[in-house]
Amino acid sequence: MAALHISISAEPLFQVSGFTVTNSTLTGILVSFLIILFILFLASTKKKGYQPGSRLHVFFEMIIEALYNLTTEIAGHQKGPIFFPLIASSFIFILANNWFGLLPGVGTIGFIKPEPLPVEIPAQASAPGQVQAATTEQAHQSAKEPKFTPLFRAATADLNTTLALALISVSLTQFYGIRHLGLSYFKKFINLSNPINTFVGILEIISELAKIISFAFRLFGNIFAGEVLLAVISFLIPALAPLPFLGLEIFVGLIQALVFAMLTLVFINMATLSHDH
Amino acid sequence: MDNLAVGLAMGLGAIGPGIGIGLLVSKGLEAIGRNPEATSKIQTNMILGIAFAEAIAIYALVVALILKFT
Repeated sequence: MAALHISISAEPLFQVSGFTVTNSTLTGILVSFLIILFILFLASTKKKGYQPGSRLHVFFEMIIEALYNLTTEIAGHQKGPIFFPLIASSFIFILANNWFGLLPGVGTIGFIKPEPLPVEIPAQASAPGQVQAATTEQAHQSAKEPKFTPLFRAATADLNTTLALALISVSLTQFYGIRHLGLSYFKKFINLSNPINTFVGILEIISELAKIISFAFRLFGNIFAGEVLLAVISFLIPALAPLPFLGLEIFVGLIQALVFAMLTLVFINMATLSHDH
Repeated sequence: MDNLAVGLAMGLGAIGPGIGIGLLVSKGLEAIGRNPEATSKIQTNMILGIAFAEAIAIYALVVALILKFT
C-alpha cells in the first residue's frame, strides 16, 4: 500500500551550476510560462484597434476591469493606476499557482529515488552498543525504503516562494512611500519629538517586519495545509470524499490571492498617504 | 506525547481566531443591516479583517505541521 507523502520543504530535483531546482521552483516557472503563453494567445485573437476578439478575451477583460475598479476604489483615481500593475500581477500569479496545485498529477506524479546508504557508525562502548545497533538497524531500514519525490508541487506551497512574494510586496511598499512622500516617509519610523512617538516609531519598524512574516506564512499556511488536507483525505477515502475539499481549496486559493493583493494595496495606500493629522 | 503537542497547538491556536472572526462578522452583518447601501465597502473591509484574524490560526497550523512532520 502506498505511503502518505507529506513534506514541508520542497524536494530538490536537480542542480543547475550550484543552484538547486526544487519541484515547486519548476512548477512556478511552468505556471509563469503558461500565463505568458495564454496572454499571447488572447492578444492574438483581437481584431484591429483595441476591439476584443473573442468572448474569452472579453471574459478576461472583465476580470482585469474588476481588479482595476477594486484598486481605484481603495487607492483613488490618481494613485490607483500606478499601483495597479503590481496588484493585478500579484493576484493573477498567486491565483494561477494556487489553482495549479489542485490539478490531478501535481503532487502525485513523480519518481522514486532510492536513498543513499548512511555512513557506517563505528560501534562504541558496550552500554550504548545496544542503542547503536538499534539505530543503525533503523537507518538501514529507512535506507532500503525508496523515497517518493513528486515532480510538481504548487509553487505557493513552498515557503521560499511566499517569502519572496512577501519581500517584494513590503519592499515595494517602502519604495512607493519614498517616491510619493520623499525622505519624510521615514518620519513614520524615526520620530524623536517625544518619547511616545519614538516608541510608536519602533513599533512601526517591528510592524513592517511582522508584515513580511505574516504575508509569507498566511499564504504558505493556507496552501500547504490545503495540500496536506487533500493528501490525507485522498489517502483515507479516495472515492468521493475529496470533492468537497477540492471545492474548499478552490475557494481558499481565490480568497488567499485576493487577500494578498488587497492587503498589499492597503499597505501601499497607507504608506503613500500624506500626513494630514 | 508528540501527537498531543500537535493537537494542542492547533486546537488552542484556533480558539482566539474563531472568536475573533465571529465578532468581526457579527459586527459586519449588523452594519450591513443598518446601511445596505454601503454593503460593498463594509464587505471589503470585513474580508480584510477576517484575513488578519485567520492568519493567526494559520500560524498555529504551521507550527502544528512543523511539529508533526519534522
